[in-house]
Amino acid sequence: MASDLAVHVTGLRKRYRDKPALDGFDLDVPAGTVHGLLGPNGAGKTTAVRVLATLLRADGGKAFVAGYDVARQPAVVRERIGLVGQHAAVDEVLGGRDNLVMFGRLFHLGKREAGRRADHLLERFGLADAGGKPVKQYSGGMRRRLDLAASLILRPAVLFLDEPTSGLDPRGRNEVWAAVRALVADGTTVLLTTQYLDEADQLASRISVLDHGRVVAGGTPDELKSRIGGDRIDVIVRADADLVAAAAVVKGIAEGEPEIDPDNRRVSAPVRDRVAALTEVVRVLDTRGIAVEDIALRRPTLDEVFLRLTEVPDERES
Amino acid sequence: MSGSREATVLTTTVDERRATERPQAQQLKWALADGWTITLRDLKHWAAQPWQIVFGLLFSVMLVLMFGYLFGGAIEVPGGGNYREFLLPGMFALTMLFGLEATYTAVTTDADRGVTDRFRAMPMAGSAVVMGRASADMLNSMLTLAAMVACGLAVGWRWHEGVGATLAAFGLLLLLRFALLWLGIWLALVLRSPEALMALQILVWPLGFLSNVYVAPQTMPGWLGTLAEWNPLSATVAAARELFGNPGWGGDSWVAQHSILMAFLWPAVLTAVFFPLSVRAYRRLSR
Repeated sequence: MASDLAVHVTGLRKRYRDKPALDGFDLDVPAGTVHGLLGPNGAGKTTAVRVLATLLRADGGKAFVAGYDVARQPAVVRERIGLVGQHAAVDEVLGGRDNLVMFGRLFHLGKREAGRRADHLLERFGLADAGGKPVKQYSGGMRRRLDLAASLILRPAVLFLDEPTSGLDPRGRNEVWAAVRALVADGTTVLLTTQYLDEADQLASRISVLDHGRVVAGGTPDELKSRIGGDRIDVIVRADADLVAAAAVVKGIAEGEPEIDPDNRRVSAPVRDRVAALTEVVRVLDTRGIAVEDIALRRPTLDEVFLRLTEVPDERES
Repeated sequence: MSGSREATVLTTTVDERRATERPQAQQLKWALADGWTITLRDLKHWAAQPWQIVFGLLFSVMLVLMFGYLFGGAIEVPGGGNYREFLLPGMFALTMLFGLEATYTAVTTDADRGVTDRFRAMPMAGSAVVMGRASADMLNSMLTLAAMVACGLAVGWRWHEGVGATLAAFGLLLLLRFALLWLGIWLALVLRSPEALMALQILVWPLGFLSNVYVAPQTMPGWLGTLAEWNPLSATVAAARELFGNPGWGGDSWVAQHSILMAFLWPAVLTAVFFPLSVRAYRRLSR
């Protein structure tokens, strides 16, 4: 086992009564990086994090966190990890500061040290003014930041974030993202699970795509995007009636079968030589008299990669 | 600890030793400290929501007034005494029974919000979570009992058998609460749903009424009366009445004759069953 791996997992298996949740899950996360674990609901993301955070015992395979076996030395692992689950796991009745002091005491800090650490973390996460207020009165983003702060009391080597922004509004999401970026700057290793592709794109340096309990693809966000070809061209027509004609034009020039999105009057297809393709599409559309609202070249989104890799029927509109 | 000779111990070795060879005294010390931290958390809840305590107490007071004055007139007390003299020990025991709901709610709320998971992923003593819950709930029950006693004294209830017997009666009441604590924790860990509280109430109320608290089991249909007499609550209530010197129903059955013994035995049995079950359920969270 390489010593610079903060998380090292081989062949992890976990079965619930009716179905396997993890089915030969492998993962290596180098120290000091952010790794995204991406997958649809039920792919096994949360199970993986729960095993790594010593909350769940695996049926088979090996998992090391910060160099320690989670099954054999859970107590040592617990001194080195932080966990932010899907709900803000803080006491709603107590104030933010009281929460942090309580968790600090449970981490066996002295009374004064726990107080100092609480004040420092409140300051750092922009909660200093709200420290005395009961958490009940906090916004979603504030709760998550407090949750994050509570996970960082012992300065963990590895931090697990299980869908840290689920249920947050865009503003809360940005708050949490900023907090995570700051952590990474400090050298904390982060394992992040998410269903939001832009979240993985924004935060993670490497991504593992999880489906049916195993990793189906991995790499940097850019590598994953290039998996389904290079650039794409999007054509948005002005009139619904022109959609089929525009698709025919694009098909003649593009690399593959164009995708038609009637709701947005958009035709989308992969292209090889971006500038030549763009010029040609504009010229042919013009000669055929098809009125166009917008034409753009772009990289594929992670959504497209994700849907391709996990073969989920395309249900969402973007 | 024999590691002092190894001058250059790797950090991992030190850590492993810390984890595996932590002296037991040290472990116990931390378990107690952690338990106290969790207890303190509940005490802070009271301070943060004093009205919740007040409403809880008012509810108990209301029950005393309602049964003492509203229904009390219709019920004849054996020996022709004051119904409230008779009623109060039963109300004390009911309060202990209702504590079950408080325990259940506290444990499921923590589990539901992920607080239990946070505790479990921390290097704290696992037993501390339960110990803290137990001590906080017992403190809460003592407070409620004290308020009920004050209320009872105000409506004419008295103890008549001296300090020793009186304290013994309170002890038996708290013993029942202690036993029900484990039932509450076990139910919470098994059901894991704050919403199931309603179902629990449907269970708890009949348990409260199918007893000797309000009426004599002898007046119930045969099998129901037997059930009421064997209800753990009835044992505690009958024992408390005897020890306080308050009027009771008496009864010829073996259970009715040995209420003080049963008031020890029932909680002991409940604890012996549900304490290990709670520990097991807590461990099974990692399954």
